[in-house]
Amino acid sequence: MPVIAKAPGYKGDVRDRVENYRGKQLLYVGWDDHMMFPAPIALAVRPEMSFGEFVNEVLPATAYPAHPDWARIDWSRVEWLRSGERFTPDADKSLADNGIGHKAVIRLRTPGLEGLRGTRN
Amino acid sequence: MSNVQSTVFVALQTNDETRPIVEAIERDNPRATVTRMPAMVKIDAPNRLVVRRETVEDITGMEWDLQAFQINLISLSGNVEENDEELVLHWNR
Amino acid sequence: MEKTTATPPKKLGLKEKYALMTRGLGWEPTYRGADELYDQIKFEGIKIHDWSKWEDPFRLTMESYWKYQAEKERKLYAIIDAFEQNNGHLNVSDGRYVNTLKLFLTGITPAEYGAHRLFAMLGRQFPGVGAAIACQMQAIDELRHVQTQVHTISQYNKFFSGMSEWRHMTDRVWYMSVPKSFFEDAMTAGPFEQMIAISFSLEYLLTNLVFMPFMSAAAYNGDMATVTFGFSSQSDEARHMTLGLECIKFVLEQDPANVPIVQRYLDKWFWRGYRLLSLVSMMLDYMLPKKVMSWKEAWEIYFVQNGGSLFNDLSRYGIRMPKYWEQTVASADRLSHETWNTFYNFAGAAAFHSWAPSDEDMAWLSEKYPDTFDQHYRPRFEWYREQEAQGKRFYNNSLPMLCQTCQIPLNASEPDDPTKTAYREVEHEGNKYHFCSDGCRDIFCHEPEKYVQAWLPANQVLQGNCFEPGVDPEAPGFDAAAELFKYYRLTPGQDNGDYRGSKDEANWLKWKGLAPADAAEAA
Repeated sequence: MPVIAKAPGYKGDVRDRVENYRGKQLLYVGWDDHMMFPAPIALAVRPEMSFGEFVNEVLPATAYPAHPDWARIDWSRVEWLRSGERFTPDADKSLADNGIGHKAVIRLRTPGLEGLRGTRN
Repeated sequence: MSNVQSTVFVALQTNDETRPIVEAIERDNPRATVTRMPAMVKIDAPNRLVVRRETVEDITGMEWDLQAFQINLISLSGNVEENDEELVLHWNR
Repeated sequence: MEKTTATPPKKLGLKEKYALMTRGLGWEPTYRGADELYDQIKFEGIKIHDWSKWEDPFRLTMESYWKYQAEKERKLYAIIDAFEQNNGHLNVSDGRYVNTLKLFLTGITPAEYGAHRLFAMLGRQFPGVGAAIACQMQAIDELRHVQTQVHTISQYNKFFSGMSEWRHMTDRVWYMSVPKSFFEDAMTAGPFEQMIAISFSLEYLLTNLVFMPFMSAAAYNGDMATVTFGFSSQSDEARHMTLGLECIKFVLEQDPANVPIVQRYLDKWFWRGYRLLSLVSMMLDYMLPKKVMSWKEAWEIYFVQNGGSLFNDLSRYGIRMPKYWEQTVASADRLSHETWNTFYNFAGAAAFHSWAPSDEDMAWLSEKYPDTFDQHYRPRFEWYREQEAQGKRFYNNSLPMLCQTCQIPLNASEPDDPTKTAYREVEHEGNKYHFCSDGCRDIFCHEPEKYVQAWLPANQVLQGNCFEPGVDPEAPGFDAAAELFKYYRLTPGQDNGDYRGSKDEANWLKWKGLAPADAAEAA
């Protein structure tokens, strides 16, 4: 049942539809093994932005660089997940062409860097 | 079903009006456990607990309307059966 | 007048009095059909055959209702007056304590008003006189609670930051959307779901977690004003809880077809309530300077023990424990830590202060949470304190990803692993939706057309909607944080941030003679 309502065929207004983001789209990012950050973060990004630009310009402006592990990340060894599945992004291609659509959730894993003193914090 | 032993409870504010009520509950419910916390008292009992008007009146020597119990009541648990003489909290199983 | 023989007038018993004063108040509609008059009671699929079977166990008539409520009010305001006249705010355990109140009062007061509206609507919807009267009394009770809380806010607001715009903030500030959307979800449901959501799941099963350990803690922390309104409210709650239990028994006894519907409502509202109470978990474990009981202990007593007894009783109708209750027990030694860390991170955008726990606090947390605290949570707080010592208090400057259902940041860990964030994702009509837990995901999946409409505060900021009219988020030099604070009516540097170094702290130290007077601005 899509909804319990008095009116038959009731439809809800999708408040987070992509048209509401002024040419951008929602992107969620999580950093595994860094639970000091209480939740993944929410960003609005242009879908035509390249994945490389996202890594080099968008991520450094988030909360993540505050973590002591950030400066030690070897970006060539970072593992990426999209909706929980491993994938290999192409840095030169756009987010859209990397299969990262509106409201996608991507995660990074940084092998060897497992939080404050290795406590996954 | 959960595997806990069923208990009912009543919690009252700590004050002059509830002191005889707590005493009456202890007297009428030998299996009750009384826990005193800051500003409140919680009384748990296995399956059933009764508050009797007459016992409270015996203690204070004054008339007492059982419904006035609600003024200082904080919380309770269990099915409630109330009449002029007593208020019973119970579980059916 | 003629004298009669001295037979004293027969004193009516409680049952007779109640019957005479409540029955016969209803009427049979004549020129409009009952279906038209009570137009909301059928669409949920709940079947009621005989409304006269509704029992009010307290048998409270309006006459005694007014009498007892008036007495409660007299007691309450006498104490609030005494508190005010004697500078009661100076007797709380520590200035940090007041932040517990800021969250509680600004969160719960609008919620009580929501409950008032909800019960006023229910009183109109139920055809049974007993049910209608109980709902009307409760609607009045809830309004009384709002008033007592506004009086308490009024007192504390003279001395502490963050409370002056509570009415405005409830519609705008990110974490306020959690209680707000909870009540709006209930209020927009069918009447039986509303009743099971609020009277049963919230009040019977879960409010003990708020009013018992928290109010007792308020007393322990010297806050007479709060204890008094809290216990005064809770004495009404006890009646509401009883109503909740009667309601559920009544519905279950009316028709066996009601059982699966009621079970689903219980599953849903238990989970909704549990997520809402994560705010209470951090109050108990982190925000009270003098602690009475850990969240884990409170959950064991009030949910596992007392809630377990209740579900034992309901099992005779075929009702089982709410879905995913085991997860709440497994996570009992994580919930408060995950929640407080969220507010430590996002303290910059909150209208109350947070702080890293002291050595003494951490010793208590280690003792209460031997399986988790030292291993998982102490390291982050130690790092926060190192940063603070270097003058670099860590603030998370990103926006959090929020759960589509409970609207809380995705701060919950996997039920079987405290080191992994729980991600749950669902596709509905071409859009992705994300959740903090299996419970929140299931609620969405049952009624996606309701929850696709969620006004998620972080997403609204990203859409450019959380700024005052005329502000252009695309303009050069646009300062998103400053504009967001204006929209929130939050005064940065005063209402938000860490307790250490706050105006509240400076005032507190000054009032208590703990620091030179020039260290603080006048209140």
